[in-house]
Amino acid sequence: MIDKRIASMREALTDVAPGSAVMIGGFGSSGIPFELIEALRQHGAGDLTIISNNAGVAEEGIAALLRDRLVRKVVCSYPRSQGSIWFERLFEEGAIELELIPQGTFAERMRAAGAGLGGFFTPTGYGTKMAEGKETREIDGRGYVLEHPLSADFALVRAHKGDRWGNLAYNTAGRNFNPVMAMAAEVTVAEVEHLVELGDLNPESVATPGVFVNRVVAQEGMN
Amino acid sequence: MQRLTPEQMAERLAQDIPDGSYVNLGIGMPVMVANFVPEGRDVIYHSENGILGVGPTPAPGTEDPDLINAAKQYVTLIKGGCFFDTAESFAMMRGGHLDIAVLGGFQVSAAGDLANWATDNEKYPPAVGGAMDLSVGAKAVYVLMRHTTKDGQPKILDECSYPLTGAGVVRRIYTDLAVIEVTDAGLQVVELHDGNSFEDVQAATGTRLLPPAA
Repeated sequence: MIDKRIASMREALTDVAPGSAVMIGGFGSSGIPFELIEALRQHGAGDLTIISNNAGVAEEGIAALLRDRLVRKVVCSYPRSQGSIWFERLFEEGAIELELIPQGTFAERMRAAGAGLGGFFTPTGYGTKMAEGKETREIDGRGYVLEHPLSADFALVRAHKGDRWGNLAYNTAGRNFNPVMAMAAEVTVAEVEHLVELGDLNPESVATPGVFVNRVVAQEGMN
Repeated sequence: MQRLTPEQMAERLAQDIPDGSYVNLGIGMPVMVANFVPEGRDVIYHSENGILGVGPTPAPGTEDPDLINAAKQYVTLIKGGCFFDTAESFAMMRGGHLDIAVLGGFQVSAAGDLANWATDNEKYPPAVGGAMDLSVGAKAVYVLMRHTTKDGQPKILDECSYPLTGAGVVRRIYTDLAVIEVTDAGLQVVELHDGNSFEDVQAATGTRLLPPAA
């Protein structure tokens, strides 16, 4: 029997080792697995590489991981937002490494990892600093940059509904990076607002098929 | 010199968005353009986080915490709108499916190079978001920015001194002083805002401009 349900957020993350690379879904405050991030903070493994579009605001989510100095490196497209005080403080101190990637390249690199591709040529960043040190090629008269797949040890994603096979459906724009991250990581843990019975999800509305998901945890209301 | 307010700048640019366009509006001044598109035009707004058909700000108390725009502000979805993931959203950009991207700018060069993601201050974190993908992928890139910096330095230059977002990508520049088209012959002023002479605008610019047709 396939049953990917885990009883608690903390239990779902017990094997996250120090130094792990962890993808975290979401965009701004939308589609963010806040409970899993809080469980990761409590778990306490340090020296993490956090791969997520933003770097958290105020004391919430990823910002709390930064505040507790659990993060060595941030891989993202847009670390600075109104209220991203912890990222800005650590960056100014030189206490955190930043790998900045154009957002479309960021998403596609994860998709490539999940799709078994060795990389892809993108016009994004051609002729800019982002292309420095990378292979470039002219295809049909246009310049492209070779980008490599991006994977991770874990992906923490959030969905509106999920079942015990790991099928996931999202709420409005909460989908964003969650599907590509679920594909790209070694172990994908999904935080779901509602855990439903097999067959309750409309098959047409499943945006992440369960094959990409290893663990499913219902929200506990811990935040 | 007569300087347009940010609202007037957004309103001016909005006049040039044709009926039936798919448009992406960048963070900052560009998102204001949506407020000024003339009545009767159907314009579909794309948001990089996975929305086609972004609608107006929701009434207080009706916000959906997952339904935000690129600037992380609450928005709504218009009838006929839809959602998708980030990889598909950027396929729309890079794949040339969007008609217009309106972006903010730190600097624009005579060749239409755009710089808008990093400065020369190493303590200030750079942030690129979707700007590079939009700049290479949209069919037309319009830059909406003030003509000069807060301390009066020109932002339209022979060459950008800040790192580039895209090389030769800008079609038009809408500033508080003028509308300028990037052409093979150079930067062509197509419109001077009320009361500004070509000489005044040229003096506020760090590269040579071509005067508007008489």
